[in-house]
Amino acid sequence: MYVSSPPEMPEARHGAMTARAVLASAAGPAGRAGRIETLRSDGPLVLRKCNPKGPEPLTHRRPDAARVALAAGTAGPLGGDDYALDVHVGAGSTLVLQEVSMMLVLPGPTGARSRMSITVNVEDDATFVWWPEPIIAAHRCNHRHDMRIALAPTARMILREEMVLGRHGEAPGDFISRLRVTRAGRALYDQQLAFGPSAPGWKGAAVLGGGAAAGSIIAVDPGWTDGAPEPDPYHQNAALTPLAGPGVAIGAVAPDSLDLRRLLLRGLNTLGPPWAI
Amino acid sequence: MHDEARTAGTRALRLGVAGPVGTGKSSVIATLCRHLRGEFAIGVITNDIYTDEDARFLKSEGVLPEERIRAVETGSCPHTAIRDDVTMNLMAVEDMERDFAPLDIVLVESGGDNLTATFSPALVDAQLFVLDVAGGGDVARKGGPGISGADLLVINKIDLGEHVDVDVDRMVADARKARKGGAILPLSRKRPDTMKELCDWVRALHGSYITGGHTPVDPGPMAPHHHAHDDGHEHGHVHGRGHSHD
Amino acid sequence: MRDRGTGGQAALLLLADGRLPAGGYAHSGGLEAAVAAGRVTDIAGLQDFLIGRAETSGLIAAAFAAAACSRARRGELSDMAELETELDARIPSLELRRVSRNLGRQLRRAMDSIHPHPHFAALGTAPHQPLVMGVAAAALGLGPRDAALAILHENNSGAAAAAAKLMRVDPFHVHAILARMAARLDRLADMASAAPDGPSADLAAPGSPLADIAAEHHGGADVRLFAS
Repeated sequence: MYVSSPPEMPEARHGAMTARAVLASAAGPAGRAGRIETLRSDGPLVLRKCNPKGPEPLTHRRPDAARVALAAGTAGPLGGDDYALDVHVGAGSTLVLQEVSMMLVLPGPTGARSRMSITVNVEDDATFVWWPEPIIAAHRCNHRHDMRIALAPTARMILREEMVLGRHGEAPGDFISRLRVTRAGRALYDQQLAFGPSAPGWKGAAVLGGGAAAGSIIAVDPGWTDGAPEPDPYHQNAALTPLAGPGVAIGAVAPDSLDLRRLLLRGLNTLGPPWAI
Repeated sequence: MHDEARTAGTRALRLGVAGPVGTGKSSVIATLCRHLRGEFAIGVITNDIYTDEDARFLKSEGVLPEERIRAVETGSCPHTAIRDDVTMNLMAVEDMERDFAPLDIVLVESGGDNLTATFSPALVDAQLFVLDVAGGGDVARKGGPGISGADLLVINKIDLGEHVDVDVDRMVADARKARKGGAILPLSRKRPDTMKELCDWVRALHGSYITGGHTPVDPGPMAPHHHAHDDGHEHGHVHGRGHSHD
Repeated sequence: MRDRGTGGQAALLLLADGRLPAGGYAHSGGLEAAVAAGRVTDIAGLQDFLIGRAETSGLIAAAFAAAACSRARRGELSDMAELETELDARIPSLELRRVSRNLGRQLRRAMDSIHPHPHFAALGTAPHQPLVMGVAAAALGLGPRDAALAILHENNSGAAAAAAKLMRVDPFHVHAILARMAARLDRLADMASAAPDGPSADLAAPGSPLADIAAEHHGGADVRLFAS
């Protein structure tokens, strides 16, 4: 069973990396790009200002959005590594966080668990777009991914998460991902997905079946307080459902990462503007 | 105790309509709604096996405002839903009574099943059992708790008798024997007098219910237990005839 | 580990019995949807389905039943609304939230007549099934682990029983799966009740994506044997 408080730092091991990067945005003058107030890379966690990678939900061609890309080193995290990223989206600001490339999670020399912990705080009237690339859980990896997002009542957010079970043709290692979104201090979405040799039951038809990629898109809009979009099971392996609050979850399970991306985008586009891309 | 359990006394008359598949339960309910909706505030709960088709049929007939027709899904156990575990139906009835208070009559249609399914006295105050001529002339003779013990046995589609080689009079006589004098109503939608008789029976039942003169009677449990309790059934029939219109 | 109240094993059997008249028989626990989607076709697939379900939504239900039971035993029902919110957040599917609340209302309606207790009224208009199970367990003198085990067993055996109506399977083989899963349910009940008094945010949250997706399809299906 997991705990809601961030995992404690393990004892430093020889060769293992510990890194904590920090990112904060603040609103710019009216109509102008928001400021990046803090951009602190640490070791393999490299943060850089960037330009749009492609179409974005919510912020497409918006000049007031600040954009930052995360590069998590060349490979890794490796077993034993402990990475943390703290993101603060200041009141009224708009921040887009994307990634340079897919994140490959690999086993370390000792079999120790690697961790990546991301905490995000989105203040009132702020917009956060988190559009990372897939995480690939390589064979024999042992990784825990932990994302906690706290939204102020008038904050808007959209994020996607895509998990791929092993590189091509290999069985995945142990991988646990948890995403918890709270709004005004109340839980809105809290899901953990575990797969790999130590995780019981994930191959069953209630969890991932024979799927080799799974992911979701979570969108939260205070404008949906009086009712989020209607459920839409738009594909045998994907559905859009309203949360018990002003948000929707789009969930999909697919045979590979390309299919997963297609399925998630299809669900996203059923939301229409400004979400569709 | 919260409001869900506190409806007895002021609540509507709960009238069950049971009987095998295709005998015309939905039509009987449609008829009652059509003729009685001017006199009584009515709600309908349907029990379906695979779908909410009966609810859709009644809605499409336009006999009541759509929101007063609700479907209960029985998990392919129509027997259970009206007899052993009535919670879903009971809540549907209670919700209906609360949402449209005050209601006079809630009709509960059982999922079409076989001859052995009857309503629990925990769910309804009285029940109709519907057979039809087209189902075979010997059905009434075979008996069963619904045929012998329901408050009213409806023998439906009597106009079809000659087309399916069934002697309607014989079937009614068989039923009379099985029911030992319990109320029987031969019905046909082509004979307005029989429809009026059906409605009059429900009017009389309702009158008896609101004045406290109606005593709910259990037709008895399902077939395998039926014979073991014969005495109890006969005892029940005596009381069951007070409000009958035959 | 075993935290029993005054009630004993007989009360636990009563609560976990599929014959408890609370309308559970109308549900397949997502099996009908999984069969319809072609994801469960044989007895091995059924076992994988049931194990995956027990380890995910089963564990969540058990953890919340244990938490509710512990609160009810202490007579502290003030944060039941928070438990409801936390459980909502763990069920992305609107259809499954609706089913859980329907089953919760039904269980409360049944227990209100079977074994009345003032705590049932404190649960709000449409409480989730695990919370009602927790309160019902407490009302019967049972403890958090009992509540967890009761809902694990009820949910598991209910889905398994539906297999006989949905698939071409030998009922003995279906029950053999349940027998093989017995130790697993005990272990899950231990996990679920390990810290029932902790913050509700810390309760288990393992997701079951395909069950969520299938439930949304099932909710819109025209022809179905089971309500869920």
